[in-house]
Amino acid sequence: MKDNAELKDKRFKIAHREAIIGVVLVIINFSLWFGFAYGLGSGDPASYNYVLGLPEWFFYSCVLSFIVMFILVIYSVKFLFKEVPFEEEEERGDHT
Amino acid sequence: MNWQVIIPLLLFLVVIFSVGFWASRYVRSTDSFLQEYFLGDRQLGGFVLAMTMIATYGSASSFIGGPGVAYTKGLGWVLLSMAQLPAGYFVLMVLGKKFAIIARKYKAITLIDFLKERYKSTAVVIIAAVSIIVFLFSSMAAQWVGGARLIESLTGLSYTTALFIFAVSVLVYVIIGGFRAVALTETVQGVVMLVGTIILLVATIIAGGGIPNIIQELVAENPNLVSPYGAERDLTPIYVSSFWILVGVGVIGLPQIAVRAMSYKNSKGMHQAIIIGTFAIGTIMLGMHVIGVFARAILPGIEIGDKVMPTLTLEVLPPFLAGLVLAAPMAAIMSTVNSLLILISSAIVKDLYLNYLKPKATEKQVKRASFWVTTLIGVSVILFALSPPDLLIWLNLFSFGGLESVFIWPIVFGLYWSKGNKYGAISSMVVGMGSYILFDRLHPNALGMHTVVLPVLLSLIAYVIISKLTDKYVLSSNLHLESNG
Repeated sequence: MKDNAELKDKRFKIAHREAIIGVVLVIINFSLWFGFAYGLGSGDPASYNYVLGLPEWFFYSCVLSFIVMFILVIYSVKFLFKEVPFEEEEERGDHT
Repeated sequence: MNWQVIIPLLLFLVVIFSVGFWASRYVRSTDSFLQEYFLGDRQLGGFVLAMTMIATYGSASSFIGGPGVAYTKGLGWVLLSMAQLPAGYFVLMVLGKKFAIIARKYKAITLIDFLKERYKSTAVVIIAAVSIIVFLFSSMAAQWVGGARLIESLTGLSYTTALFIFAVSVLVYVIIGGFRAVALTETVQGVVMLVGTIILLVATIIAGGGIPNIIQELVAENPNLVSPYGAERDLTPIYVSSFWILVGVGVIGLPQIAVRAMSYKNSKGMHQAIIIGTFAIGTIMLGMHVIGVFARAILPGIEIGDKVMPTLTLEVLPPFLAGLVLAAPMAAIMSTVNSLLILISSAIVKDLYLNYLKPKATEKQVKRASFWVTTLIGVSVILFALSPPDLLIWLNLFSFGGLESVFIWPIVFGLYWSKGNKYGAISSMVVGMGSYILFDRLHPNALGMHTVVLPVLLSLIAYVIISKLTDKYVLSSNLHLESNG
């Protein structure tokens, strides 16, 4: 039983860490989105610069930020997330 | 009637039906009916999990309403729609493993099971069940209306006939197949949504003569169409940002999404789902809303927003492909409706009937009740949808905001704050729902933000303060059961 309690602690520690990663990612996501949109887009629309035909602010804040976030999500999941068993019973030979 | 368009749509329905029937095998052969019918026996793998989440999340408003608004407002609305990107990773990361582990420990099948075990309170269960039933019912009606209107505009059938066709096709497989049928059909639907978006985006850009050309035409019409502030410059940064609560991080408080965070098989599935889900939701939201904006350069002068997407599709694609692409909004609508239907049914059968009316019901009675309740809800939504209210997107968002205000803190603190107690949860739910309805009626968009923001804050304050105040009382009356932290 003691083993089980310890295992649970460890699993929850991992879960808490991953939840925090989620929050950090959202903060990065929001900053990129907000910063580019209103940093580059607040001037007169007639004098915008364009990237690939799209207004600069839009390209960075919506298209590029999406790609950056996608890469960050892959990185987090592949390298920072850990696989843990969900069941209480000993059913976890296949994925630890 | 344009048969070349309708045939792919019919094919799509046939595929969905077959998947649904196939899933119903599991319902007939299972030895634990409730877990199978309402949770698919917790067997979802990564791809299915990702697709069922985005398909449930992406609704009529992503494919019909949203692009319609983007058509009028310009790129500013695309910016707003990108607040939905976190829905792809945030929910699974934050509810994540902890929710999966605890839900298994509690043997929870519904979100309410989790709340019931965590807070040990009848009031929490009743408030939760009633909010799910009320808010999701209205949301479902909005989707139903959207589905019927879409069929109406594509086939030329009358609204009533269209509604009937749509309703029957959804009801049959949900009633017989349960959650597994919902999740598997949603996988097909999710793929259709994703592929449809990409095809239509490419075709739209080609039809408009390339992106630079389209953008310059928009600038020539009204430069504000390509600004982040909207065509009329009415989209303020704070208003647009507040959608991060409504459709981004707040999604964590949506029962139809949260329940999926307890339905997957193992951590590997969850990891895959985060990656696939982020890609799919970003592509669909960005793609569909950009399409809405670009449509303005190709087909100017469309008066009714909801018609933009179907009209554009028929304009820029050959009929057979158009039919395939138009299956996407159909898929989005069906996949939202079927999840809501099964969720409302679980709230009634599992959370109310089994908890309070008939705790000792036999397996057979539960089965019968589940089938009948699901059928009855389905039929009553049809009656509701026969005289439809306008403005699809807002009706849909209304239930988003209401549910988030009710559920977000009881779920989040229930998982991560061991001192949170039932009094905190009850007051948070009551304050959340009450203030949402009051703000929505009396003072919508207070302080220039979407209505959801203040109720979510108020319910946070209520949860924390009341939990703190009653902490001693709970300890002394020895009701404090266990800490999960």
